[in-house]
Amino acid sequence: MNTQELLPSALGPGEELPVEVAVGSYRLAVRRLRHNMGALLAGVLFLGVVVCCICAPLYARYVAHTGPLDNHISEQVTVGGHRRDVVSLIGIPIGPTWHARFLLGADFNGRDVAVRMLYGGRNSLIVGFSATAITMIVAVLIALFAGYYRGWVDSVLTRILDVIWAYPAILLGVAIGTSLALGGISIGPLQLSGGSLYIPALIIGFVNIPYVAKPIRGQVIALREKEFVDAARILNASGLRIMLTEILPNLSSTIVVLVPLMIANSILLEAGLSYLGAGVQPPNPSWGTMISDGVKLITSSPDLVLAPGLMLVLTVLCINIFGEGMRDALDPRAVRRRTRR
Amino acid sequence: MNRFIVRRAFQAAIVLGLVSIFTFLIFQVIPNGDPAARLAGRTATPEQIAAIARSWGFDRPIYIQYLHTMGKIFTGSVISYTQQINVVDQIRRGLPATISLAIGAGFIWLVFGILVGLLSSLRPGRLLDRTLGFLALTSISSPVFVIGSVALYFFAYRTSILPSGGYVPLTDNPLHWVEHLLLPWISLSLPFIGFYSRVLRGNVLDAKHEDYVRMARAKGLSSRRVLVRHVLRNSLIPIMALWGLDFAGVIGGGAILIESIFDLRGVGQYAAESIQVLDVPPIMVIVMYTAVLVVIMAAIIDVLYAYLDPRISLNA
Repeated sequence: MNTQELLPSALGPGEELPVEVAVGSYRLAVRRLRHNMGALLAGVLFLGVVVCCICAPLYARYVAHTGPLDNHISEQVTVGGHRRDVVSLIGIPIGPTWHARFLLGADFNGRDVAVRMLYGGRNSLIVGFSATAITMIVAVLIALFAGYYRGWVDSVLTRILDVIWAYPAILLGVAIGTSLALGGISIGPLQLSGGSLYIPALIIGFVNIPYVAKPIRGQVIALREKEFVDAARILNASGLRIMLTEILPNLSSTIVVLVPLMIANSILLEAGLSYLGAGVQPPNPSWGTMISDGVKLITSSPDLVLAPGLMLVLTVLCINIFGEGMRDALDPRAVRRRTRR
Repeated sequence: MNRFIVRRAFQAAIVLGLVSIFTFLIFQVIPNGDPAARLAGRTATPEQIAAIARSWGFDRPIYIQYLHTMGKIFTGSVISYTQQINVVDQIRRGLPATISLAIGAGFIWLVFGILVGLLSSLRPGRLLDRTLGFLALTSISSPVFVIGSVALYFFAYRTSILPSGGYVPLTDNPLHWVEHLLLPWISLSLPFIGFYSRVLRGNVLDAKHEDYVRMARAKGLSSRRVLVRHVLRNSLIPIMALWGLDFAGVIGGGAILIESIFDLRGVGQYAAESIQVLDVPPIMVIVMYTAVLVVIMAAIIDVLYAYLDPRISLNA
């Protein structure tokens, strides 16, 4: 091929030089993610769960005609033409009726399991999302300051992270949860009563901080030695400005990858804490409290554990699969991981 | 190397000190209200509350209380609020069950985690890898108490193949010991197996593209030899580090959920039962004891790491 042909003058009227458009890493990632059917399916399924849980009040009002806290312990319900006790005389609740009322049966208090599961899902998701938000914001700030300033700031912050990290998450969560459930929190403007949903969110968010801050701090340390940071420093940019406008954007893909992971972990931790009585406080439902209630009756009504348990596993699994797909899409090394050699 | 060990030990000691302060603060400062009033119950008179505050030392300055509590923990004379029994004795009583649980489960999750991880890294992207990957993600996404209670339902209540809980000491009857611990071991291991296999798979696939592996292959070594001697050896170091920490966590009572579900009467269950009645001293001691185990284990792992992986600079 003659190089002359590539010069603009060689092009005919209306013809354009083929231009290689640089594609941003995010657009590339989206493009890769679009080809990952499994991850997409998981994402859609998760969105479905979220929408269902948001619509919990609609289901409760127009389909089941009962709230998440309403007891029907001494009532009867008609199933297939037969009148049946919601909770039998020996205390065994009705199983799934597959009708509008008590679709998935009742619990030991005669409360509708399907309604509670949707409301419980809402609470679990609220706790998961708010805990993740707390973790990410605090952890990124700690990582930025520790990694950028190094020296004594780094030493102090890293020691604090080490302390939190030394406790198994569930044990620390239970310890703080127990001590907060006693009387709530009142630190300055922050007033939360002992039964508030945001107490477990706050605890889980706090417990997870080192798992995010440690890897990000490592990255900040690597980034601060880069030329573009030196350039900003030469331009007399302040430390805060360098952290927020030079370093933070370069952390974004790590943060994006960590978010689904932390949401999944937070929901699991919430369930564990609620199971032990240190998370969402009864009678407020969450998947963890429902499983905890169901375990007491597992010999007679295993569906009280299975229904919220499967819902929990399905939701967390969807988040994890989607998160893994996102990681593969954002990680340049992932390309060669997928290709066989 | 020695200097590194000394420095790491010094660091661990600082963290241990902070851990003890932090644990103390969780229980003395965060809870709203007066601990003596809580201890005295709802119908107590102010005089009774004051008497309790004096006898438990709640009226003293906070740092005196801290030193006092630490002294009691070191001499092993902490008394629980509700049952008024010695907390350290109670923990010691729970240790055999907890250690049995940790050793069995730790062995299972390490072996199977490595096995599954290796199998899925052999041919990434193929059917076997995808299936194992999906199973691994499912087990990571399952809370241990759901796995445990469902396993209990199917193997103990429905079919009575295995006992429905409880702990039999190894010295009493080794067969019953295994029988009672089989379900807890497997239930506790499953999420760990999933997680370890994913980590190992990633490590192996990354290591396969390292220069030293290419070098080994260029020398004409067989692919099995390259895999075992070069890829696996380096990929296993982080797995062992993870294992050490998780193992320390379980020994320290971190398997609080599994122990309660299978009624193993170990350290974790003691913590869970104390939580139900809001009995602070046992929770405080167990949390502290676990954290101490983890901090010491982390220091040991760091030293081993530096020893095994010469690329880690000891001065960093």
